[in-house]
Amino acid sequence: MPPLTHKVRAQNVNVFYGQKKALNNINLDIPACQVTALIGPSGCGKSTFLRCLNRMNDVVDGCRVEGNITLDGEDIYARGVDVVHLRARVGIVFQKPNPFPKSIFDNVAYGPKIHGLVNNRSEMEELVTTSLEKAGLWTEVRDRLDAPGTSLSGGQQQRLCIARAIAVQPEVILMDEPCSALDPIATARIEELIDELKENFTIIMVTHSMQQAARVSQKTAFFHMGELVEQGDTQDIFTRPQDERTQAYITGRIG
Amino acid sequence: MDNDHIVKSFDDDLSRLDTIIAEMGGLVERQLSDVMTALIKRDVELAQKVIDDDKRVDQLETELDQHTITVLALRQPMADDLRAVIAVLKMSANLERIGDYAKNIAKRVLILSNMEPVGDTVQSIVRMTALVQEMIKNALDAYGTLDIQKADNVRLRDEEVDRIHTSLFRELLTYMMEDPHHITACTHLLFISKNVERIGDHVTSIAEYVHFLVAGELPTQERPKCDLSSQTTLEED
Repeated sequence: MPPLTHKVRAQNVNVFYGQKKALNNINLDIPACQVTALIGPSGCGKSTFLRCLNRMNDVVDGCRVEGNITLDGEDIYARGVDVVHLRARVGIVFQKPNPFPKSIFDNVAYGPKIHGLVNNRSEMEELVTTSLEKAGLWTEVRDRLDAPGTSLSGGQQQRLCIARAIAVQPEVILMDEPCSALDPIATARIEELIDELKENFTIIMVTHSMQQAARVSQKTAFFHMGELVEQGDTQDIFTRPQDERTQAYITGRIG
Repeated sequence: MDNDHIVKSFDDDLSRLDTIIAEMGGLVERQLSDVMTALIKRDVELAQKVIDDDKRVDQLETELDQHTITVLALRQPMADDLRAVIAVLKMSANLERIGDYAKNIAKRVLILSNMEPVGDTVQSIVRMTALVQEMIKNALDAYGTLDIQKADNVRLRDEEVDRIHTSLFRELLTYMMEDPHHITACTHLLFISKNVERIGDHVTSIAEYVHFLVAGELPTQERPKCDLSSQTTLEED
């Protein structure tokens, strides 16, 4: 059993887009080696929050992040933090699968190459293989590693993007609606994969599907209008939420 | 549960479950009061009606089961909706059992109507049943108004029912020992008493699911039990 202390901690986090306050005083602990789901209606700030965790908001014009976010106790917004290194530790998988216009092999090899994680060709082959295996894609692509990543089906492309994220050996994987462009079978495969990945990675996932949050996460945080309304064990959030707004949202009473 | 769902047909589905529970509740209340009247007045026709009415209760339970499965499959209810669906599923099973017990009492009334009365045990049974009827009414009210306090009070009332049953048990044993001619009638009365006691347990279970519906968890406190009939003997003189 990995220690169940928090891997990521957000304290008094405020985020502004220009004058507009998008997140208001968020305090949230993300436990290590578990899946935490962020749910809430569109525009509630859950994706904004997710993007704070690997400083993806840095590149958004007029976006300002206040407060404190730590990874293993270290402030990720501290001066001198290497953002490229941070993003290697905190990987991200997006809503739409976005493989590079390269071969399947090179899609996975790209990250390790630029981060200098391997020394030679055989180490690289081994890393690509294990990453594709962990992403549950290996048996489907082993005999066509030179084919373009874009030749795969949507579900396979998403697993390729997960393999690509895993290849740089991150500690945390952020997922922004990873299944919303996939059919139910491909979705089930990704969910099964997420369940396996949580052995080794801390996973934080934004999802619009309540059922998906219920199926794959151990912790759930509900955001509404820029506030973190309620957080807790997924089982409690979906059977006996304490806040009326959570209740109304997950039962389909407010949009 | 004051706000309506965005998808209005979901509300229709849930209120249909409510309607079925209300009808089942009304029917078993009626069965119980009819069977007591039949017991007092030795009214075989009314007893037969109670037996016939049970078919409708069974039908409603099946209907509710099917509708619940549909709601679970198609709506995937969460939070209080999920609890509402689970609660009605359990409540209807309990109501159906109450109907069965009422029917079983009615069958015994058919037999007892041809026999000599034994003491005033019928009065005790009627008194005990009145308590249980009150409990059913309160449990169903508690469900209708989501009144957790009322539901919890129902649980506590069951103790009294158990106590009357235990004393009836003693009384009937005495009659049997006094005069073996009374054994048949007393045995039927004993089963009636036991049936009413069991109904009390089922009402208690209904009240517990009202608690679950409102609070999100079953009552954790052990409820007091006083049915000592299983340990009761009569001292030989």
